[in-house]
Amino acid sequence: MYIYNLGVQQLHEKLTNKELSSVEITKAFLEHIKEVESKVQAFVTVCEKEALEQAKKVDEKIQKGETIAPLAGIPGGIKDNICTKGIKTTCSSRMLENFIPPYDASIIEKLKSQDALFIGKTNLDEFAMGMTTETSYFKSTKNPWSLDCVPGGSSGGSVSAVAAGQVAWALGSDTGGSIRQPAAFTGVVGMKPTYGRVSRSGCVPLASSLDQFGPITKNVTDCAHVLNAISGHCPFDANSYQGETPDFTKSLVADVKGMKIGLPKEYFSLYVDKTVKEKVLQAIKQLESLGAQIVEISLPHTDYSAATYSVIASAETASNMSRLDGVKYGYRSPNAKNINDLYVKSRSEGFGKEVKLRVTLGNYFLSADCYEEYYLHAMKIRTLIVNDFQKAFEKVDVIVSPAATTTAFKIGANLPKEELYMSSVLHIPANMAGLPAISIPCGFVENMPVGLQIIGNLLDDSNVIKAAYTYEQNTDFHKQIAPVGGK
Amino acid sequence: MMKYETVIGIETHVELKTKTKIFCSCSAEFGGEPNSKTCPICAGFPGSLPVVNEKILEYAIRAGLALNCHIQKLNIFDRKSYFYPDLGKGYQISQLKYPIALNGYLDIEVDGKTKRVNINRIHMEEDAGKLIHTSSTISSSESSIVDYNRSSVPLLEIVTEPDISSPKEARAYMEKLRTILQYIDVSDCKMQEGSLRCDANVSVRPFGQKEYGVRSEVKNLNSFKAVQRSLEYEELRKARELEEGVRQIQDTRTWDEEKGLTISMRSKEQADDYRYFQDPDIPPIILDKAWIEDVANKLPELPDARKKRLMQELGLSEYDALGIVADIHMANYFDETLKYTKDAKAISNWLLGDILAWLNNNDVEDIRAFPVEEKNIAQMIELVNEGIISSKLAKTVFEELTKTSKSPQEIIKEKGLEQISDTNQLLDIVQDVINNNPQSVGDYLAGKERAIEFLVGQIMKETKGKANPEIINKLLKEKMS
Repeated sequence: MYIYNLGVQQLHEKLTNKELSSVEITKAFLEHIKEVESKVQAFVTVCEKEALEQAKKVDEKIQKGETIAPLAGIPGGIKDNICTKGIKTTCSSRMLENFIPPYDASIIEKLKSQDALFIGKTNLDEFAMGMTTETSYFKSTKNPWSLDCVPGGSSGGSVSAVAAGQVAWALGSDTGGSIRQPAAFTGVVGMKPTYGRVSRSGCVPLASSLDQFGPITKNVTDCAHVLNAISGHCPFDANSYQGETPDFTKSLVADVKGMKIGLPKEYFSLYVDKTVKEKVLQAIKQLESLGAQIVEISLPHTDYSAATYSVIASAETASNMSRLDGVKYGYRSPNAKNINDLYVKSRSEGFGKEVKLRVTLGNYFLSADCYEEYYLHAMKIRTLIVNDFQKAFEKVDVIVSPAATTTAFKIGANLPKEELYMSSVLHIPANMAGLPAISIPCGFVENMPVGLQIIGNLLDDSNVIKAAYTYEQNTDFHKQIAPVGGK
Repeated sequence: MMKYETVIGIETHVELKTKTKIFCSCSAEFGGEPNSKTCPICAGFPGSLPVVNEKILEYAIRAGLALNCHIQKLNIFDRKSYFYPDLGKGYQISQLKYPIALNGYLDIEVDGKTKRVNINRIHMEEDAGKLIHTSSTISSSESSIVDYNRSSVPLLEIVTEPDISSPKEARAYMEKLRTILQYIDVSDCKMQEGSLRCDANVSVRPFGQKEYGVRSEVKNLNSFKAVQRSLEYEELRKARELEEGVRQIQDTRTWDEEKGLTISMRSKEQADDYRYFQDPDIPPIILDKAWIEDVANKLPELPDARKKRLMQELGLSEYDALGIVADIHMANYFDETLKYTKDAKAISNWLLGDILAWLNNNDVEDIRAFPVEEKNIAQMIELVNEGIISSKLAKTVFEELTKTSKSPQEIIKEKGLEQISDTNQLLDIVQDVINNNPQSVGDYLAGKERAIEFLVGQIMKETKGKANPEIINKLLKEKMS
């Protein structure tokens, strides 16, 4: 087993046992990146110099006998829509191609205070708009399980980097499934925490009321460590949860006896690929055999979620994109003749097609003629979706479903929008209700990973982790390594 | 002008004098090197989020209470979108549907009558940055530069109902509003510095007509005088348009102070679509009733109440009381002086007379910069009342007081200005003057009462103004009869 196949917990043990140094570990990951990056294309920026500098610092601490945090000195990948001071943060867009933030996002500050090590910024769909990482301005990332397949999106770079052994852990963002779906496609663990659990300050927003930034790791244990490291109240995010943050590693207990697991009939409807559904149902059976009680539930407004999401997300997105105007930072068109021209040209040339589509759509929904009929209406339906979950969680502890409707498809498949759209129905409701949700590997179909989604009640991230951990400890799927991932 | 009537509504933006901005901890103070008081939040950098400054809420509640509004417990911030380089985020965070205060009023006094101007709403919002163009407008300029120091400075927007009926009333409203805001200490209220800005909406309709006429919004009003002048110009212009049957356009006009006219900037036939929606970054705020009550209890005595007190307790006339309370610092000066003398009327006379004149002549806006201490004014009043100095010579003392730090007593001693009230001292001079001015004496005896003034004047000349006028009047009359 190569060093870069080890997870966070394992590497932390090796560091504290002085079996390996952070520099050794970091070099191993950097080497492997050099080996496979041309195939995987997970990174926008690799920070070799900064990573080795940080590794040296951590090693000095260890030598002095200081205790180090679980993530200290262990290479991680940061999705490139999270601001890192002094390091390009591009959102995989021409608009921010050369943008170097003079500040860190709050979660980066938090990680730095724990001596975390960042090895690079990972690729994403442009401004997190997409489900395949193909809308990135720079490149499309490949799925380490099959290089001609998409890794999913928008956190494609982060999941591929973990699956390919280029990083031990990564951060992604999830607005309508952008951590969970790509995690399922690449056989890694990806979690969207409860809304408000993790600070959004300094993270470039897609849809403010839906976004959460979360861990992407090889296993649930590592996920708990990363979640611990980034969770907590932040005074710069007004929606940041002000209560106590539990220690999520305490939920790494393999016990689901008596846990009530809900199966929402709407999530298992026809459009989920038969073979994928099979694997997921097997996984659920396994949980049952471990003592969980399976309960059929209904989330009746699921059907409306895609349309509702489309309105709310595009409206918030359009508004969030307004500040990218070529005036203060970012791409400014050299061809502008006056101020209006500057706006129009900078944004037309700086944004890709998908971004322009959503901005136009979002502004349309917010326009005076449409606001009530679309936006206000969608907000009301959102409440109904939230209520669906509230009712369900009176009967069950967690809810399960497939984490994706298919396995990863080919790059350039150009699936009809409808299809992609409908597949996100699995993910969207959890964002709408702010619920914690995780995707964990639960099998393979034709050698391509399948994911199981577990959704928890508001602020009940702990139970989600427990259920996920229990399943994982009784299977081997998380131990499988992608062909590009080493041995 | 009786044929037409004017309808005016005023929108005022008040910069709040909090230490820090509305959504970040940058300094909200005026001035400074360009872009020295900015941060990712107020400059609209990627990923930055707004967090509400609690002090703003307190100031807004204060203003709402002082303007007799109903304070709304539920407050929601909305995004108001439009593109302009001084707006960092491409949207302004403001309040649309759930503002902090509704349905208030303030009373103005114009031409001896009291009138109530109703206030529709007060809401909180953030200011934009400052733009400087190479030419007069952005579209005619080769380039512009932007300074975000002012971006996100907290503002209150105060909107009246269209209750104002004349340019004079409009000015009175602005002056009263400024006084009230000054009393509750939420803003510097300096129109010239931009901490108090107003736009006026004006329309003219045939007298008695129910429907409003076509309105124009007048901007760029940098003084109270400009408010009045611009509206006088507008109501005349619009009345003429009606007379001549010219089709009126709903537009935005800028006031040109130099030329004394308004110029149309853009027609507002269609309302702008700002795509308002609730800002998802800011959770709804629910104000605690106890907190609102606490703010209410801590409100200072407001101008109207203070005016009443001066009239009822001290017997001042309404005119005088109004003049004193119009500026809180003047009112405080009055109260302070009252600690050293009971003669309220005399204090009022000095304040509204010589002191105000001195401030105007020396271009001093704020009486706190007036160099004479209250206790010295009081002392001077006492000295006059005791007859130690004539009221005429008191003016000389006053002049000296503004130039030195000496007390009135010291000045009187130095300059030998004590009033001569000793009859024996004056008798000779009186006799002299009578002897030397037979004509005037004759006139007086012939019935011309006023002839005595000339004689008094002569005596004053002789005594260098120090003779007690009452006594010499008495002596003259005695001697001439």
